[in-house]
Amino acid sequence: MSVEEINGARTPIDQIMLEKIRADFPILGLQVSGKPLVYLDNAASSHMPQAVIDRIVRYQTQEHSNIHRAVHYLSELATREFEEARVKVQHFLKAKESREIIFTRGTTEAINLVMHGYGRSFIGKGDEIILSGLEHHANIVPWQMLAQEKGAVLRVIPMNDAGELLIDEFEALFNSKTKFLALSHVSNALGTINPVKQMVAYAHKHGVPVLLDGAQAAPHQPLDMQDLDCDFYAFSGHKMCGPTGIGVLYGKAQLLEKMQPYQGGGDMILSVTFEKTTYNVIPAKFEAGTPPIMAAIALGAAIDYLNGIGLAGIELYEKELLDYATMRVSALPGVRIIGTAKKKAAVLSFEIKGVHPHDVGTILNSDGIAIRTGHHCAQPVMQRFHVPATARASFAFYNTKQEIDKLIDGIRKVQEMFS
Amino acid sequence: MTDMRQLYQEVILDHNRKPRNFGSILGANRHAEGHNPLCGDHIKLSMNLLDDRIETIAFEGEGCAICKASASMMTGAVKGKSVRDAETLVEEFRGMATGTFDPDNQNSHLGRLKIFAGVKDLPSRVKCAILPWHTLHAALHAGCSVSTEGEADPAPGTTIGE
Repeated sequence: MSVEEINGARTPIDQIMLEKIRADFPILGLQVSGKPLVYLDNAASSHMPQAVIDRIVRYQTQEHSNIHRAVHYLSELATREFEEARVKVQHFLKAKESREIIFTRGTTEAINLVMHGYGRSFIGKGDEIILSGLEHHANIVPWQMLAQEKGAVLRVIPMNDAGELLIDEFEALFNSKTKFLALSHVSNALGTINPVKQMVAYAHKHGVPVLLDGAQAAPHQPLDMQDLDCDFYAFSGHKMCGPTGIGVLYGKAQLLEKMQPYQGGGDMILSVTFEKTTYNVIPAKFEAGTPPIMAAIALGAAIDYLNGIGLAGIELYEKELLDYATMRVSALPGVRIIGTAKKKAAVLSFEIKGVHPHDVGTILNSDGIAIRTGHHCAQPVMQRFHVPATARASFAFYNTKQEIDKLIDGIRKVQEMFS
Repeated sequence: MTDMRQLYQEVILDHNRKPRNFGSILGANRHAEGHNPLCGDHIKLSMNLLDDRIETIAFEGEGCAICKASASMMTGAVKGKSVRDAETLVEEFRGMATGTFDPDNQNSHLGRLKIFAGVKDLPSRVKCAILPWHTLHAALHAGCSVSTEGEADPAPGTTIGE
């Protein structure tokens, strides 16, 4: 099967398929507070299907060794599986070459890698970095650190009351000092899907490279680096059915080649003397030390699993879940949805009038319902909407409309208690 | 705790809706502020200490029901008390919320404050209940800013940017 066929699988997720999918996730059978778990915190971290768990067990019981080093059987096997995982990620992103895929600890480390490897060499005093008002702290703080070190300036794309970026204002931010654009593909706090293809094209007209934070996009829709044409793309394994401790930085080869290494150590060198070190070629240049081998291989298995269902089908089904949840929550008096962009991924942030989100979260938990409450590591978004925190339900393809009904019942119960 | 009504009792919900001693005291001789950055809970405490006794006390701020009710009932409980007796309550309340002090112990002074005993089963909410009491402790000791995030006062942070 070609990559096109895999990613473009048109199979819609119907009731029969949904039951099969749910049976793949052992944790979904868990009871919490004596009730069946209703897991609606997928934007924070998703769960792992048995196939990925089995892959981890197989690796640890039959394949583990350090990679890129010894000539023995296990080392060669582990190296081959690790590099195959890299190729799986390459196909998942439709990257041109596997050397454009760098394994990191997660999205945060991937962004920090770009800040250190690219930013510190190519962004200087008085230069401007454009970010959006929707960013997660992971795509704000590294750039703030760089700006402080170099005397560069951060410029922020504002948004409207729906949580959509203002494209005219975005375009007006560009000038001769603009050196970088760091932007979320999908907002973790509000679910807004940004028009990134259009924004990347505009930045490129000004010769400005673009990093997309794809942590909330990668699990939910097919991705195509050739179509998006971004220069860097970052995401995490644990938000897409893989384990924690593994993430990916995609970068265009010609940019990665001219960047400085992020960390020094083993594997990232060709030769070392006390006088001089010659760095390895990409991707090894950016993978100092022993990488999370098991986690990378498990991420490869998670990609296989998602491809088996089809990202296009996942996107369609999650849209159906989001539309249903939006319709049901909007019908509740005293509940306000925060983030009402026309294009949204499976995130529903809301507040219940007169009830703090933490009380909402605690009471829902007593019915086995897991949501996130807090500022979602996006305090500027909270400030923009004048709330200290929100309650956030976020969906995955293994969630059901019945679970959304339980959320609605839970919200009603909260309102009753606080009335 | 599976039945939330054990924690969210009518008394707590009522103090959340109509917090007592809410506001600030003009000319107060003691002030302290407490906040939990993670939740956004924020309490400002003002009081008048006279001859080692809490003459008046008031609080204002934003927070969840647990935090607000705890602050409201705390102000009622310590008004008129000596610094020493107030400190005993701070210690006992903290112990109860973290599970190291039995509020039904015969030496307990907690009285009605026992209704917060249930938070000990909700580790993520312990800090909400304790925040007003930490703030009171700070106010009694000349006043400063406190946080119960992670149940330890963080080291002074480094500020990036403006």
